[in-house]
Amino acid sequence: MSKKHKTPLLDELKKGKWPSFVNEIERAAEKSEMTDDLLGQVEQSYEEKVVHWKHGGMVGVKGYGSGIVGRFSDLPEKYPGIKEFHTVRINQPSGFFYTSDVLRSIVDIGEKHASSLFNFHGSTGDVQLLGAKTAELETIFQEYTKLGFDLGGSGSALRTPSCCVGKARCEFANYDAMHACNSITQAFQDEMHRPIFNYKFKFKFSACGNDCTASIARADLSVIGTWKDSIRIDQEAVKDYAKKFDLHKYVTDKCPTKCMSYNAEEGLKIDDSNCSKCMHCINTMPKALRPGTKGGATILIGSKAPMVSGPRLSMVLVPFYDIEEDAKNDYEWFKDLISKIWEFWDEYGVNRERIGELIQRVGIGNFIESIGLEPLPEMVASPRGNPFVLYEEYVEAGGEQG
Amino acid sequence: MTDETKVKLEEAIVNLIKEYANKKRFKPGDVVKEMESKFSASGVTKDDVKTAIRDLTDSGRLIYGYAGGSFLALPE
Repeated sequence: MSKKHKTPLLDELKKGKWPSFVNEIERAAEKSEMTDDLLGQVEQSYEEKVVHWKHGGMVGVKGYGSGIVGRFSDLPEKYPGIKEFHTVRINQPSGFFYTSDVLRSIVDIGEKHASSLFNFHGSTGDVQLLGAKTAELETIFQEYTKLGFDLGGSGSALRTPSCCVGKARCEFANYDAMHACNSITQAFQDEMHRPIFNYKFKFKFSACGNDCTASIARADLSVIGTWKDSIRIDQEAVKDYAKKFDLHKYVTDKCPTKCMSYNAEEGLKIDDSNCSKCMHCINTMPKALRPGTKGGATILIGSKAPMVSGPRLSMVLVPFYDIEEDAKNDYEWFKDLISKIWEFWDEYGVNRERIGELIQRVGIGNFIESIGLEPLPEMVASPRGNPFVLYEEYVEAGGEQG
Repeated sequence: MTDETKVKLEEAIVNLIKEYANKKRFKPGDVVKEMESKFSASGVTKDDVKTAIRDLTDSGRLIYGYAGGSFLALPE
């Protein structure tokens, strides 16, 4: 099929070394008139610097309030193929593991019933099938269900939890992020499929401080792996690294808490009590250093992208959570904590207010008291910063600071 | 919650959405609060209202919509 629309601006984006989304859409457009119209509308948006999508509305599958993101062209007469161009969110497997057979089946359904374009994966983590028409949604849902997949979250609901590859492929993993993610996903199906919240709520599970899911910036509740004991050091391997590069310049001087030193005679020394588990030294010398053996997680709360108020990073809520122990009880403690957080949000939150914004509004002290946690000095908004602990010994009678 | 209360609760939810159709978009959470208060004398809990919403959307009497946030609506 020849191209129906001229796309000189999009053609510019096919140049260069990186794979181009324009090439992929053009390949799909060879078989689909719908996708050809998509190219035309995107080109027009680039020319006018105006978005021509409307989103939302009353699209979905029966019984579910989530999983379908309604998308309509505001130029349906000019681009009839994309008059309806909905996104279907499919809950990804933990860690993004697929067999090639399943991948083929996922794609076959997309080719048969939609534009055949996918996002692997959307920023929440789901597989996103693009360009479904309203009339095809139930069929698409049924076919993915037969394949063993379910829809993910959208709207004012629990969004599809996501995780890093964890212990399946990563030597830095401090807990089984895939197991935790899968268990929490299964436990809160109702909250994911039937929007009941003030706004969206996201969980992300990263098994170490490298935070491959970027949870600290994107999740309302982040579960990031850490360890309690000392970094494991192989001094012989440290010496090998010292022959390859300047350890002071690339490792010890870059330590954010300056808790490590190195000299050829004594080797590498780490004051683990001051280590903030930033992972820099371990990432730089992976053959010499490894996280400690007493793994667990830090639970953080409240990050979000700009919307009602500006962007926020998460703050520490639970400094050390023995997640592997809790896993033996099917994450009972964690689920209870989540329920208390949601109850507080439900009671005091307003429409379109994320949990982080609510905490900012009512104060962290009130929040942690309501969910039954004890205030701890480690509950920090940023390293070396504490948003709410009042050190009374520094305050004299009458409110003057001593 | 008795079966009779359940039927009344479901009717009350549908009537609320009907009454405010094209005037106000009710979030499921708003409906829960409204019904919990309305049926408090009958011992209806938040979970009862959530279950009623679930049954109503499963049966197709109500559907979900989205406009900057999720809301409940009558089928078009």
